[in-house]
Amino acid sequence: MNKLKNSQLWQLILANARELLREPAVLFWGIVFPILMSLGLGVAFTKKKDVTVTIAVIGRNHLVHAPSDSISLIQTFLLRNKAELRVGKDGSLSRELTVPDEKLGGTRYIFRDMSWKKAMVMLKRGNLNLVMDESNAKIQYQFDPMNPDAQLTYLKFSKLMKDPDLIIKSSETEIRPLDVTGTRYIDFLVPGLICMGVMMSCMWGVSYDIIEKRSKKLLRRMIATPMKRSNFLVALITVRIAMNFVESGLLFLFAWLVFHITIQGSVPALILFFISGNIAFAGIAVFLSCNTAKTEIGNGLINLVSMPMMVLSGIFFSYHNFPGWSIPVIQKFPLTMMADGVRSIFIEGAGFGEIMLPTLIMLVIGVVFFTAGLKLFKWH
Amino acid sequence: MKLEAIIQVKNVHKSFKSVHAVRGIDLEILPSQFIALLGPNGAGKTTLVEMIEGIQKPDKGEILISGKPWKGNEKEFRRIIGLSLQETRFIDKLRLFETLRLFASFFGLGAERCEEVMNLVGLEEKRQAYVVNLSGGQRQRLALGVALLNKPRILLLDEPTTGLDPQARREVWMILKKLKDASATSLILTTHYMEEAEQLCDYIVIMDHGTILKEGTLRDLLGKSSADIEEKQEYKGPPRNLDELFIELTGRHLNE
Repeated sequence: MNKLKNSQLWQLILANARELLREPAVLFWGIVFPILMSLGLGVAFTKKKDVTVTIAVIGRNHLVHAPSDSISLIQTFLLRNKAELRVGKDGSLSRELTVPDEKLGGTRYIFRDMSWKKAMVMLKRGNLNLVMDESNAKIQYQFDPMNPDAQLTYLKFSKLMKDPDLIIKSSETEIRPLDVTGTRYIDFLVPGLICMGVMMSCMWGVSYDIIEKRSKKLLRRMIATPMKRSNFLVALITVRIAMNFVESGLLFLFAWLVFHITIQGSVPALILFFISGNIAFAGIAVFLSCNTAKTEIGNGLINLVSMPMMVLSGIFFSYHNFPGWSIPVIQKFPLTMMADGVRSIFIEGAGFGEIMLPTLIMLVIGVVFFTAGLKLFKWH
Repeated sequence: MKLEAIIQVKNVHKSFKSVHAVRGIDLEILPSQFIALLGPNGAGKTTLVEMIEGIQKPDKGEILISGKPWKGNEKEFRRIIGLSLQETRFIDKLRLFETLRLFASFFGLGAERCEEVMNLVGLEEKRQAYVVNLSGGQRQRLALGVALLNKPRILLLDEPTTGLDPQARREVWMILKKLKDASATSLILTTHYMEEAEQLCDYIVIMDHGTILKEGTLRDLLGKSSADIEEKQEYKGPPRNLDELFIELTGRHLNE
């Protein structure tokens, strides 16, 4: 026990943990702030109208009218409004309808033909928020009534239905609230917040900490002793990852108690994936901080890397709202990869099989950046 | 029998871009010897100390510790050197004793040695104080304590009392005097305080512009210099102190 107490790695871990826990700002930014954010956004989230909205159309193929079939209400609507038929690269069908509105701005509706299962996956990923089904000569609208985006889509769309030229009467439509777990905005938001917390924690907790210690000449003072250099970095990263577990755990606990969020997929897979995400961001953080001793430059570098990911990686809203050409690029960002993976476990019920590839990619990202950072690392 | 030098500096040069910080310095430090590198800012004292502590590599010349070069012996040297840098700041939110424990662990030392050092530098009462709450003098004593943890054979102190009030400066001197009486540690101290060099060191090296202007014991320096300058100007008697000597050698004050 005494040997452990006197070991430099243990003392470095203790020093880092004490430094972290004794800083009141850490408690606020690491724990209270994400909880407040989830509370604020989860309860009172409002977002500007969507310019493009995707609506899932379930059941038999309503997008193309086969002469042998009787015409459905959805088909009637699409044909009357001359919604343009599109065929995707994978052969999937969709119809597009652009409705101009001078006061509120135009809306482009994309009607996609898909199965119920696929519609639920897309709903959970935030790719769509309204599902249409037709049975017994009734159109059913299914959406999360707590999701303002879904409400807006429904209200805009139902306005179209009131067009006197249409033959669809209000008695022929029905609203069905979606109560499938994982389809609410808060289900989408919390995994994203957890991932963003990990990124920010690594960037500021590892990168900035190293730069600050270098600028204070503390790194130089430490390496003038027999301290193993790897122990310093291992201790710093270990404490940070442990802290990230605590922060994320508390955020999840809060979301579970208040919003009844659950983890639908494999918890061990989530833990593995969470660690790989931490390693990726810790590696990037070491790389960012490897050379500079100026905290101002460190600030800039951290913002340069974290801000675009915060905005683009689909933390607060789906990145599918961005132009199509940018999506493959966005999907390669570490934060996007982590948020997609954590969401797939939280709300789509994913397990080891689904997250194995992104886990490996993130581990490789972490190791590559860490190694490169270590090669360029300036201790004084 | 002549003592073998613990540090040998042989014709060492060091430049940073166009600045020649150290220009051909030779120096030998014996075991137990306390040496002061005295000179104004920019004299090359810190660069020389950084080369001795292995952080900078000389462009030319070599530095030997116990007759061995830094290359290949770094681990061994780190164990026998203690140092206190100019303006080092420790982790603000660690307590004084925790800071000592952290640095002691780098040498494989435990709490017992930390207690000894804490007593040696007179900071027992501040054991539980956060580093951020220590005064300048207390921080400097902590830095000195950290440097002494491993009972170093070589102690390098880079301007250990700069910025301290006279009382705090005297407290640091007292610790170093006790160390001189009680151990065989060799000390290299950089300073631009004459009094510090006079009080603590038995050998003084006066530097300016990266070169050694004069070196020797206090008595040697104050005695010899008059002969050197006699030929150049009207003799006004020997310098009374190092400040006067420095003015005679360079035409300016040390603090300029």
